[in-house]
Amino acid sequence: MLAEKYPEEIKKIFAKYPPEQKRSAVMPLLYLAQRDEGYITKSALEDIAGILDITSTDVAEIVGFYTLYHDKQAGKYRMQVCTDLSCALRGADKFLEELCGNLGVKVGETTSDGMITIEAVMCLAGCDKAPMFQVQSSQGIEYHENMTVDKTMELIAALRKSGREVK
Amino acid sequence: MANMVSLTIDGQAVSVPAETLLVNAAKKVGIDIPVFCYHPKMEPVGMCRQCLVEIGRPVMDRATGQPVMEDGKPKISFGPKLETACTTPVSEGMLVLTQSDKAKASQKEILEFLLTSHPLDCPVCDKGGECPLQNLTMAHASPQSRYIYDEKSHAAKHVPLGDLIWLDRERCIQCARCIRFQEEIAGEPVLAFYQRARATDIITNSEPGFDSVFSGNTTDICPVGALTTADFRFGARPWELKAAASICAQCPVGCNVTFNTRREAMSDGKVAIKRVMPRQNETVNEIWMCDKGRFAYHYTEDANRLVKPMIRKDGTLVAASWTESLQAVSKALSAAKKDTVILASGRLSNEDLFNLKQLADHLGGEALLYTHMGGGDLTSSYGVSADTNFSDIRQGTTILVVASDLYNEAPVWFLRVKQAAERGATLIVANARETKLERYSKFVVRYSYGDEAETVSALLKKDKIGETLSTAENLVVLYGSDGLGLDGSSALAAACADLVKGRASKPNNGLIGVWPRANDQGAWEQGLRPATDLAKAFHDKAVYILAADPVGDDSNLQEALKGAKFVAVQELFLTATAQLADVVLPAQAYTEREGSFTSGERRAQRFYPAVPPHPETRADFAITASIAKELGFELEASSASLVMERLAASFKAFAGVSYRKLAETSEQWPIVGRRDLYYGGTTYENKQGLGVHLALNTPLPIPSVSVKFLRPDEDHWLAVPVTRLYDCGITVTTSELLRTHIGAAAVILHPDTAAKLGVAAGEQVKVNGFQAEVRLDGTVPASVALLPRSMGFPIDAPAVAVVKKA
Amino acid sequence: MAHLLLRHRDIPDIGRLDVYKKNGGFEAFKKAVTGMQPQEVIDVIKSSGLRGRGGAGFPTGVKWSFIPNSIWPHYVVANADESEPGTFKDREIMEGNPFQFLEGVAITAYATGANAAYVYLRGEFWTVAALLDEKIAEMKKGAFLGDKLFGSDYSLRIFTHLGAGAYICGEETALLESIEGKRGQPRIRPPFPAIYGLYGKPTVVNNVETLTNVPLIIDQGADWFKSLGTADSPGVKIFSLSGRINKPGNYELPFGTTFRQLIYQHGGGVPDNRPVKAIMAAGASSTMIVADDKALDTPMDYASVRTLGADLGSASVIVIDDTVSLEWIISKTIHFFTHESCGKCTPCREGTFWMMHLIEHIEHGNATKENVELLHSVAKQMQNKCLCPLGEFATMAVTTAIERFPADFAPSEVGGSHG
Repeated sequence: MLAEKYPEEIKKIFAKYPPEQKRSAVMPLLYLAQRDEGYITKSALEDIAGILDITSTDVAEIVGFYTLYHDKQAGKYRMQVCTDLSCALRGADKFLEELCGNLGVKVGETTSDGMITIEAVMCLAGCDKAPMFQVQSSQGIEYHENMTVDKTMELIAALRKSGREVK
Repeated sequence: MANMVSLTIDGQAVSVPAETLLVNAAKKVGIDIPVFCYHPKMEPVGMCRQCLVEIGRPVMDRATGQPVMEDGKPKISFGPKLETACTTPVSEGMLVLTQSDKAKASQKEILEFLLTSHPLDCPVCDKGGECPLQNLTMAHASPQSRYIYDEKSHAAKHVPLGDLIWLDRERCIQCARCIRFQEEIAGEPVLAFYQRARATDIITNSEPGFDSVFSGNTTDICPVGALTTADFRFGARPWELKAAASICAQCPVGCNVTFNTRREAMSDGKVAIKRVMPRQNETVNEIWMCDKGRFAYHYTEDANRLVKPMIRKDGTLVAASWTESLQAVSKALSAAKKDTVILASGRLSNEDLFNLKQLADHLGGEALLYTHMGGGDLTSSYGVSADTNFSDIRQGTTILVVASDLYNEAPVWFLRVKQAAERGATLIVANARETKLERYSKFVVRYSYGDEAETVSALLKKDKIGETLSTAENLVVLYGSDGLGLDGSSALAAACADLVKGRASKPNNGLIGVWPRANDQGAWEQGLRPATDLAKAFHDKAVYILAADPVGDDSNLQEALKGAKFVAVQELFLTATAQLADVVLPAQAYTEREGSFTSGERRAQRFYPAVPPHPETRADFAITASIAKELGFELEASSASLVMERLAASFKAFAGVSYRKLAETSEQWPIVGRRDLYYGGTTYENKQGLGVHLALNTPLPIPSVSVKFLRPDEDHWLAVPVTRLYDCGITVTTSELLRTHIGAAAVILHPDTAAKLGVAAGEQVKVNGFQAEVRLDGTVPASVALLPRSMGFPIDAPAVAVVKKA
Repeated sequence: MAHLLLRHRDIPDIGRLDVYKKNGGFEAFKKAVTGMQPQEVIDVIKSSGLRGRGGAGFPTGVKWSFIPNSIWPHYVVANADESEPGTFKDREIMEGNPFQFLEGVAITAYATGANAAYVYLRGEFWTVAALLDEKIAEMKKGAFLGDKLFGSDYSLRIFTHLGAGAYICGEETALLESIEGKRGQPRIRPPFPAIYGLYGKPTVVNNVETLTNVPLIIDQGADWFKSLGTADSPGVKIFSLSGRINKPGNYELPFGTTFRQLIYQHGGGVPDNRPVKAIMAAGASSTMIVADDKALDTPMDYASVRTLGADLGSASVIVIDDTVSLEWIISKTIHFFTHESCGKCTPCREGTFWMMHLIEHIEHGNATKENVELLHSVAKQMQNKCLCPLGEFATMAVTTAIERFPADFAPSEVGGSHG
């Protein structure tokens, strides 16, 4: 239960909004829930609905709308490569293809050790520093810009190491 | 009168109140602007973009504030873009073009967009024939789509949202009417959009799925065949259906409904009811109904219906002729004379009750109403007066709901009270436990079971609530029987009548009883009264029971009934009571005949035959008249409308009521069900009567009633009867679809109370020796056991009980 | 000229409170709160001619003046949802020069009578939000936020709110829905946020860059501000330059700088010295500018860019050279908008999907005249019908690419070299 696990965080979240506008806390609470499982479980939906006094359907619709919330489990680290227009003009598509080749996965798939999921995403506002991607994990979101495939493979090696340690 | 605004739509001058939306202004003068997402009962959202029209507005001179003139007419300027007629309020001098080339092109183009993702499976779609998308396509779309049909993306076509409603994801056009209905009108937001863009679809995450007693309404307002009921889907084509106007018989609200029927091979060539839809009556149910009303009607066509009279011979009930059966009854009654007791319930029509009261009076016997709730004599004289309409109630009016769980007892009143509160009425909810309606209340009054009448009497002395009650411009009080029996509810009625007594005959003022049955009020109007002790009433009497199953509800009455001299039962089914009868008379279901009910708001409303009767059954009033005839007493047997004539002549409240009067209609707003069909099914329109509000009776003195409080000691608990929407009444259990909603008979306890007893949910307890499983509910007061009525618990009033783990 | 907005490029530590203060930080806020009536602040901004930097270019002071004093409370919301492909300026401001931005938020709140302001950041700006939270805490400590500021009765709190991946939340009413904990779907307008905004209350929504200009104007005056840029578009602008360019990045330049100056003088020209073929001036929402001499010498201000049949928008300049097919470009933009359509209104939801279907056909060997014409027609059919600007944006590049670069859609050209 989130309320028992993160009382301080939840207090901080609620302090941001007028007391009669509790529903505003749904997005921060979903991030909080995702911290544990890497995705939003059905019980997390119920949990948040209970905290906010709304239906779990009302919570689910938020998960469905925003792409940074996930309703399915994936790798420990979601590596989300921008392949949108500006980045693609700087070789993002090719970068992604090579990266996938190196990892032996297709876009959207997870490496066999369950550590890395490769995804293609829309513009991340890092257009001048392509190829670039973000890594979404339980720790939050981190940008990696002006990347090469080699540099990325080094990063992945490091992530794998720390990912195993966290386990 | 609101400020009026004049404008021109397609060359027609229109004058409507300010704030009117353009789409409605057009509708008033017969111009149909096509819409999908717009629904007159909900806030406009402008999503579907189907209603784009050209709007010109007069150019104003900034200096003078007057319109700039050109060739003697105000100069009109058109915006660069079309605008949505559903979100744009009218303004003075507006010039609207709904049929210009630009507007027509837009209507065509939006339809083309909608159809790119639509499966066009009209030939197998339940909505086909009454489908707004189909109709508007025929009227406005291009005959050809440029989207390649074979490349359409596909989605799941049979998705159960719950056990009553199915979703076809392909057909959905994302208009959000269903989502908005659940959110805005039902107040149960259990539907939502998932994903976005083209992947947007409808989901429910509730447990069980689509957890709302209003779910069926979403299928009516769905402008495509995306939402269908489990009852009707693939059942029939709309154009094959005949429509019969009727009144829902499940509760005292009296929702106007339509039975859609078809003669069909799958019913052995008989006429069968295929679905029930709400029929518009803006003062009663608007265009809504609850799922119980929509799905429980199956009892009328159940295979186990009684279809032949029966007489007990050598201890066994055997089929007999009508002649023989009627003679047997009349012989017994004529022998008993004043020792005759007639027991009937509010399931019967006004006309049935009239005849049997006449019979009882003729014999000098008693006519008793089978009910656990009292106070109907007071609602007859302190009831809400004519012109009362919950839809008109807003700020200035106070509504008090006491001892009633409206959501379970009269769902459409729940909707109407909720909406009145949302419009600004002050809602006070008084109950011993939390009910759903409290969410919309300004004040909640919590009392202990047994303190109902005292609590109401003391309300005036409470600071804010007292002030609210005494200063309210209007006051409507709804009282029920949550946790109450006859004595308690009678006392409560008296206390409530006291609150409204000075206000009688003013619209939107008065007392409403939340009765257990559809026509209880009609019975009270005609002088039927409940028995305080049924066992005593039966003793050594000739008993004629109609539409009631006292033994089924309380097995203790079995012995009592055996003590009667003679028992005749007039019923639809061979109930536990009927099984003990000497003569059983098969009555017609109300769907098979004419009649009228009096709603809790005291509106007499007519129902019409929807299906032909079983050949050997007869209408209740006719059976009673035949018995009377055998006794040499003439009662009207041939037609219900003639009974009503006599009834109207006998009771002041019914003065002037006739079947013709009951069939009168007048234009209602919103306009639904015409050729445009934007607002849903074909059976909404009310062509067969809005009913008549009964006149108030001369005020009775309000009795001062005191009830004995039940204050259990430490070893005893309070067991109280409560009403659940889906109960075990014979009018519910026979519907296959609702069976899972009824669930098992259960004693409902607070978790703390259960813990004290050492029982968990699902385990068994004994309440005064009666065993049932335990359900937990945090809203139940401590040391109280809630026992749902009609589930087999022999309880008709609160009782001190011993509760033990079984 | 020293940077006015990207001040961290001249003063690397400007993101530290002491450094910001030493360089005149919060003087403008203090001046406003202690020396000016809210209406005076609005008047200064109005007369400065500051226009919204988020894309629409609406006069900021005018927007503020719509806030009614009959309904309370008021809110200020900073739009930091920066999601337009090709736009990456707000992120640099917030990371490099956060206090100037937050001071702008504070002055705006004072001017419009708001005691609470929200910074709505796109969900991907997780670390930026964390940084802003820190900076907000420092401001509180320094008594630049909180109660009774500068000894006055004015109090203000600023909060961050993270989105979670939805371009549409850059649209101001969708953004407000999102803060309210709902799906980021645009509302019908009117009523506008100035009347019915966050929680149904009067709300000013301004872009990060717009707000970052505010302290400068209060500090140095409207006339000073008007001396920069052009008459139509006063001040400086951050141009986000990306695509086929040697030195992509943000360039803070006066309005009126030409495309040629931006691309060659500042951006170092095109790799391999290829000629510029097309320019998108406002990110993926742009119409396609044919990069002829006339276009290259056009000054970048709101009015001049319009003469090219285009909009300056957020000034996110994407350079496209002659190795790239426009058919490939619009495939990218169509996929973007199809993914980001919120699904609320029919023409956008269905139209973007249909366009995607068609461009995929065209890319995979079906570049028939009929398919290209149909694509053009579908895009046209979406225009002027959508509930919010996103649907319209989705069509801009499509119609103009087909109209202005017909050769790129001839059967033999499609499928050629690009990324």
